[in-house]
Amino acid sequence: MAHFTKANSLHEWLDQRLAIDKLWKVLAAEYWVPKNINFLWAMGVVLLTMFSILVISGIFLLMYYKPDTKLAFDSVNYTIMQEVWFGWLWRHMHAVAASVVFLVIYIHMFTGIYYASYKRGREMIWISGMLLFVTFSAEAFSGYMLPWGQMSYWAAQVITNLFGGIPFIGKDLVVWIRGNFYVSDPTLTRFFMLHVLLMPLIIMAIIGLHFYSLRFPHVNNQDGEEIDFDAEAEKYKAGLKKESKVIPFWPVFISKDLFVLGVFLIFYFYLVFYHYEFAMDPINFDPANPMKTPPHIYPEWYFLWSYEVLRGFFFPVGSLSAMDMGLIAFGIANVIFFALPWFDKNDEVAPAARRSGFFVWFWLMVIDMIILTIWGKLPPTGFNAYIGYVAAVGFLALWAALPAVTARKKGLLGFVILMTLALYIAGYMEYAKTLGNGIVIVALFIIFYALFFLNPVFVRNRGGAQ
Amino acid sequence: MAQSRRDFLGMVFGTFAGAGGLAALYAMKRTWDPLPSVMAAGFTTVDLSPMKPGEFRTVTWRGKPIFILKKPPEENCNHLPDETKKRLVKVGDAEYLVMIGLCTHLGCIPNWEPEKKIFHCACHGGEYDACGVNTFGPPPRPMDIPPFKIEGTKLVLGEEGPEYKKMVGKA
Repeated sequence: MAHFTKANSLHEWLDQRLAIDKLWKVLAAEYWVPKNINFLWAMGVVLLTMFSILVISGIFLLMYYKPDTKLAFDSVNYTIMQEVWFGWLWRHMHAVAASVVFLVIYIHMFTGIYYASYKRGREMIWISGMLLFVTFSAEAFSGYMLPWGQMSYWAAQVITNLFGGIPFIGKDLVVWIRGNFYVSDPTLTRFFMLHVLLMPLIIMAIIGLHFYSLRFPHVNNQDGEEIDFDAEAEKYKAGLKKESKVIPFWPVFISKDLFVLGVFLIFYFYLVFYHYEFAMDPINFDPANPMKTPPHIYPEWYFLWSYEVLRGFFFPVGSLSAMDMGLIAFGIANVIFFALPWFDKNDEVAPAARRSGFFVWFWLMVIDMIILTIWGKLPPTGFNAYIGYVAAVGFLALWAALPAVTARKKGLLGFVILMTLALYIAGYMEYAKTLGNGIVIVALFIIFYALFFLNPVFVRNRGGAQ
Repeated sequence: MAQSRRDFLGMVFGTFAGAGGLAALYAMKRTWDPLPSVMAAGFTTVDLSPMKPGEFRTVTWRGKPIFILKKPPEENCNHLPDETKKRLVKVGDAEYLVMIGLCTHLGCIPNWEPEKKIFHCACHGGEYDACGVNTFGPPPRPMDIPPFKIEGTKLVLGEEGPEYKKMVGKA
């Protein structure tokens, strides 16, 4: 047995047994963050806070919520909203936090893309972050089902139906997921389990992985500068705080973080108290009714872009129906961001503003996703269908073009742009019903998808100066 | 020699643990399966004999509305292409239309308009003729026919009888 001496304080007693001083140094007091950062680097702490708010408000909602199709709607809209003291507060905090957490996730994600914080050793940070995006999406979807209103019901119906598009096993898989032939009580109870236990457990584990993945490559900075963290930390500890390029997480970085967090929380509580209605769709205040579809159904704003990629393909291509074409594109859209480090063929870590081609790509991607989001909420009728098609093909085309953009292959980039324009013209002719489902559109899509899948594999990495 | 004995023990342990793991996965998969009571409720039996010519009924099968329309003799789908005639179900002497009452566009429930003899979907304006074949608007295909089996004057929804298999070309 190890040798222990008598401790003179509780602190020393704990330190002997748990090495709390060392743990604190490793986790916070000597965890080094670059100085050369801006407020966008505070989004991690904002997200962690929002997740905590979701867990805490969720615990209080869980005290009165009843996961039963006969009781769920009233337990939320009557018991929690009208009887429980401050029940409305927990619900509005939970709903608004679930919505704005995605806003912050998107900011966090696009900060990472803009400053190239996903490559040269930072791939695992990016991948674990994308895993969090996917698990947060599953958490949001399962939670949206629980109030058992019309939107809950039909969102569940449509989303579980998507699995029916998987070849061979699709139809059985849908029944298996639902636990019934249609969305009903077994569906509600199992998604309740996922929402309050399994998904939060997985999310917490991945948050741990995400933090751990930062430790070796370290946090990026505004110039993509490669910093010798050990040397800079020594300078800081030797008292050369001004000369050192790094600061400790605690108490220096966190003070900056807490300021940003404070501003964000003012915005958040303003929404909770005065504009909670944007997170509370009026259609969801009608109880779920399997015999009546609401005239217009749409997901929450943070899923609209991928929903519009799904709906964007409005005509059949060869033997694939419009729905199949949409499902393929939708499947790709949901996983493609994982592959970003391998679509980028330039090793240089620098903000997009210093990488001219990538700068254009970045903003086109942002604009395209905003267009997809706006049109995702409009009815897919008339010319809206064609705009959805242009934006959905544009999304795929941007990915097909990324290897050529980052490796500066002008010829290949030109070809991708040409193919995209050809698809736009062909799509317009399909829209105007002048082309018909012939060999031309099939050939165009085969070439387009070949570019999409082959470019990241065959375009050589450009290297790039550090 | 000692090493191979360890390898052997390792493999035995691995097989044992693997078998346990597979058994646990199977139990988990089965727990997610629809319950026997749910599967049993997956069949709906409708007695068609009390229906009058031209009568329209909606029954529920697996949580979905099922349209049943008894065609008066002079109004079967003869004036429509041959293909649509195949969609009629013969029970006894009468012909019936049996279909899942969900618009094939986005799953809304279309309305039967008896005076115009069409199904009209209020969501995006899709229209179907009296045989459930899409004639206007966004629906991609006619309304789906649920699996059925004829037992005398009764229709069992959820079971694939010979008439159903013939209709969808499975036989």
